[in-house]
Amino acid sequence: MTPGPSGHGPAPTIWPLGFAVGIAVGLVGLVIDPEVIGSLGGAIAIVFGFLWARAATSDMRTHVPVVQAEVREATPAEAAAMPAAAPATPATQKMPRSRFLEGATLGLGGLIGAVVTVPVAGFALLPPFLRQKGHKVDLGALTDFPEGKWFITTFLVDPSEGDVSRRTAFIRNNGPVNNVPSFTIISNRCSHLGCPTQANGPTGAILGEKNVVEHTANGKVLLRPVVPAGFGCPCHGSQFDTEGNRTAGPAVRALDRYAFEIDNGRLMLLSTYSVSHVVGIGAQAKIYKYKLAGPGQHVDGPEQWFYPLQPPHH
Amino acid sequence: MAIRRTQSRAQVRREQALAAAMYPVDWLEERSGLVGGLRYFLFRNVPSDTNWMQTLGSATLTAFIVQAVTGVILAMYYQPTPNDAYASIQNITDHVTMGWLVRGMHKWGASVFIILMFLHMGRVFLFGAYKYPRELNWIVGVLILVLGLTEGFTGYLLPWDQTAYWASVVGINLNGTAPFLGPWLAQFLRSGQEISGETLTRFYSLHMLIIPGGIIALITLHLYLVVRLGVTSPPWSPEAAGRDETEEEPPVRTGLTRPVPHGSAGGRD
Repeated sequence: MTPGPSGHGPAPTIWPLGFAVGIAVGLVGLVIDPEVIGSLGGAIAIVFGFLWARAATSDMRTHVPVVQAEVREATPAEAAAMPAAAPATPATQKMPRSRFLEGATLGLGGLIGAVVTVPVAGFALLPPFLRQKGHKVDLGALTDFPEGKWFITTFLVDPSEGDVSRRTAFIRNNGPVNNVPSFTIISNRCSHLGCPTQANGPTGAILGEKNVVEHTANGKVLLRPVVPAGFGCPCHGSQFDTEGNRTAGPAVRALDRYAFEIDNGRLMLLSTYSVSHVVGIGAQAKIYKYKLAGPGQHVDGPEQWFYPLQPPHH
Repeated sequence: MAIRRTQSRAQVRREQALAAAMYPVDWLEERSGLVGGLRYFLFRNVPSDTNWMQTLGSATLTAFIVQAVTGVILAMYYQPTPNDAYASIQNITDHVTMGWLVRGMHKWGASVFIILMFLHMGRVFLFGAYKYPRELNWIVGVLILVLGLTEGFTGYLLPWDQTAYWASVVGINLNGTAPFLGPWLAQFLRSGQEISGETLTRFYSLHMLIIPGGIIALITLHLYLVVRLGVTSPPWSPEAAGRDETEEEPPVRTGLTRPVPHGSAGGRD
């Protein structure tokens, strides 16, 4: 790079523009298509950023002062004392021994550090994101769920984990639609910050009905009959109607739902998905489905742009 | 002829005892320089008008040391597994000798530590002690505060009761609502997509190993900077910060509270 007109610093370059373009493409990509366009923008930004940095530091890197060793003529006495044929040492040693050792120590040390750090960091950071299992929960025979009745259903997602994997869903059998059973299965995890929502309404003994206990591959499954007017969260007061639509409070979307399947006449819970809102009721409901998002995260509207990339999960 | 006072027997014995006591200290000093280092660290010059408020930093350090010591002892009895954690806490509280006391110190000491950090920060702010050249020490202090709050968050889950569990659910999900990386942070803290036994062990490891290690490193840096840069005078001090030893006569005291600098001591106008 030639010095600029003022004589200070390098001349203006076009690299920052390319860098800005890369950042812009990356931001747009985060919204449109994070994997392809987002990483394309990132790559452009990295390449131009590198070129920019190279241009900006070129002066510092090119003008390395070359220092000559001091020499003087030997006095006759010294010349006489010198060995006749002094071993020819190269005038400018490219890599003095001390610098080589310094570099080797730093380089090897860094390499050893990386060899130790990379697996440890991976061990600490990656397991929460890799090999996340989906689940399939056996809730018992279909006959346990009479048509039109709500049940507060508690079950263990993973019996080997014990009580810590206990979850609750509100389940209603909507009756068959075109000979296919229809269920409304709402997760009780509040879409505000994840507290357990409760059914607003009388349960069990007050209704004169008995709890149903099933022992399945997923351990004890408890069905408590309930007549809910809606669902409410005890933590921060969000309220939801019986389709899980938010009616009040700080929640940002409707309650999540479970996918399900019927397997040999048994109700099986599959993975959870998020719902922005539901129009209609029961079997006729139109559910606006989204990939599962954490509580408090918007799945629709402009706020969804804050969460362009969800970590891998089921 | 010079008169030489003879020492009494008691004096001689005292000197001999002192020499014997100092022998191991001198031995250590000669080989390590540690004694001189400790002396340099502890016996520093401070402004003559330092204030009791300036002991809040030491108080915070003391609170942290209490947390560290009681935490290490609690770790001897606590079991970070989902099926045993709550029972082991009950065991510590009800059955282990003095367990109630140590757990209580750790529990209440946590709040004391946080409160003292804030008081210390307020003192530094009001005294203007964050100004040049001490900005870096303010930044380090803020990092210690953040790590201290993280200690509170991770420690809260460990009793593994309903309060602990749901507070952590809410806390983790709050992290999850942060834009862009929030969902990833939440899943990292949760150690997966759902809270599980691994969440408990992860919080335990963060709480007793990783974060305290960071706090200890930052406190070391914090103290190094305090020793290097010295203690600030209170804002009402007549002495200019960074003054020479030889600069001026001591100020004249005219009232009960404030020393008044020279030149303005005449009248009370």
